[in-house]
Amino acid sequence: MLSYIFVFMIVISVVCSVIFSSTQELSQSMLDGASEAVELLVMMSGMMCLWSGVMEVARKSRLTDKLAKLFSPLLKKLFPDVKKDSKAFQYICMNVSANLLGLSNAATPFGLSAMKELKKDLLSDEASDSMVTFVVMNTASIQLLPTNVATMRSVLGSTSPFDIIFCVWVTSVIALTVGLTVSRLCSKIGRKKWNL
Amino acid sequence: MELVMPIVIAFVLSYALVKKVNVFEAFTDGARDGIKTLFNIAPTLIGLIVSVSMLKASGALTAVCDALSPLFSKIGFPSELLPMTILRPVSGGGSTALLNQVLRTSGPDSFVGRCASVIAGSTETTFYAITMYYGAVGIKKIRHTLFASLMADFTAAVIAVVSVKLFY
Repeated sequence: MLSYIFVFMIVISVVCSVIFSSTQELSQSMLDGASEAVELLVMMSGMMCLWSGVMEVARKSRLTDKLAKLFSPLLKKLFPDVKKDSKAFQYICMNVSANLLGLSNAATPFGLSAMKELKKDLLSDEASDSMVTFVVMNTASIQLLPTNVATMRSVLGSTSPFDIIFCVWVTSVIALTVGLTVSRLCSKIGRKKWNL
Repeated sequence: MELVMPIVIAFVLSYALVKKVNVFEAFTDGARDGIKTLFNIAPTLIGLIVSVSMLKASGALTAVCDALSPLFSKIGFPSELLPMTILRPVSGGGSTALLNQVLRTSGPDSFVGRCASVIAGSTETTFYAITMYYGAVGIKKIRHTLFASLMADFTAAVIAVVSVKLFY
C-alpha cells in the first residue's frame, strides 16, 4: 500500500514540475526534504524519549491498572458478550488503558491477546460483534496526552504546544462515539449486508 | 495551562516512588524505547517527507488545494487539511509528513495548524490497525469494521475544525 503511495507521489511531482515548470525547485526539494526529515527526528527525539520514559514509569507503578479499573464499568457496557472475569475482558482493559496513556508499544500486545481470546469463542472466520467493537476502538485514538503531536508543534515553534488538548479530547470522544454507534447500528441492521 | 505537563510528570514520578518502583531505571527503560521508536519510524519518515516536499515544490499540492478550495471553503473546511485528512487512515508516516508540511507552511499556532494538530492527535492509522488485529487471528470477514472506522475518521476531521473554530 505504502509503495503505491510513495511512487505515486514522486511520479506526480515529476510530471507536475514539468507542467508548472518548477523543475529547479523539485530537485532542490529532494535535498531539503531529506535533511528536513532528519532535522525533525533529531529535534523530536529528546521530548519523545522523555515522554516514553514517564509513561513507562506510569506502567511500572501500575497506574495503568488503576486506569483499567476506572474504565471497566464503561467497557462492560460496550462488550456485553464478554464475561467480566474472563481473560479477554482483562486484556481489553489493559489495551484501553495503555492506549489512554499513549503506550502503543504496550497496547498492541494486549490487543492481540484480546483478539486471540475473543477468537476462542468463535467457530467461523467471521468477526464477532465484540471483535468489531474492539478493532473500531483501536482505529480511533483515545490518547489522553497527544505527546507526539505536541512535541512536533513545539519543535516547529508553537508557543503553547499542548493548548490543542481540549479540542483533541472533544474530537476523540465524538469520533469514537460515532464509530461505535455506527458499528452497533450496522450489526443490528443485518450481518450479510455489510460483508466487506 | 503550561503547568499541566510538569504537574502530570511530577505526579506520575512521585506516585511511582511511593509505590516503591525503581523510578529512574523505569524512566531510562522507557526512554530507550523512545529511541527505538524513533529509529523505527526514521526510514519511513525520511522517504515520505521527501516525497511530500517534492509534491509541494512541484506545485501539485497547491494545485489540488486550489482546485478544491472553492468547494470546501463553502462548508468551511480548509483545503490545506485535505491531503493530510485523506492520507491519515492509510499511512501514519505519510500523514506525519503532511502534518509537518502544514505546520511549517501555516505555523503551528495558526487556525489551519491547530486543526491539523487536532486531527493528527485524535485519529489513528485505521487500515494498519484493522490489518494487524484481524490478520493476527486470521479473520477474513470483517463485516462493518472498515465502514464504522472510516465514519469515525470522517467525524474526527469535521469535529476538529468545528472545535478549533469554537475555542479560538
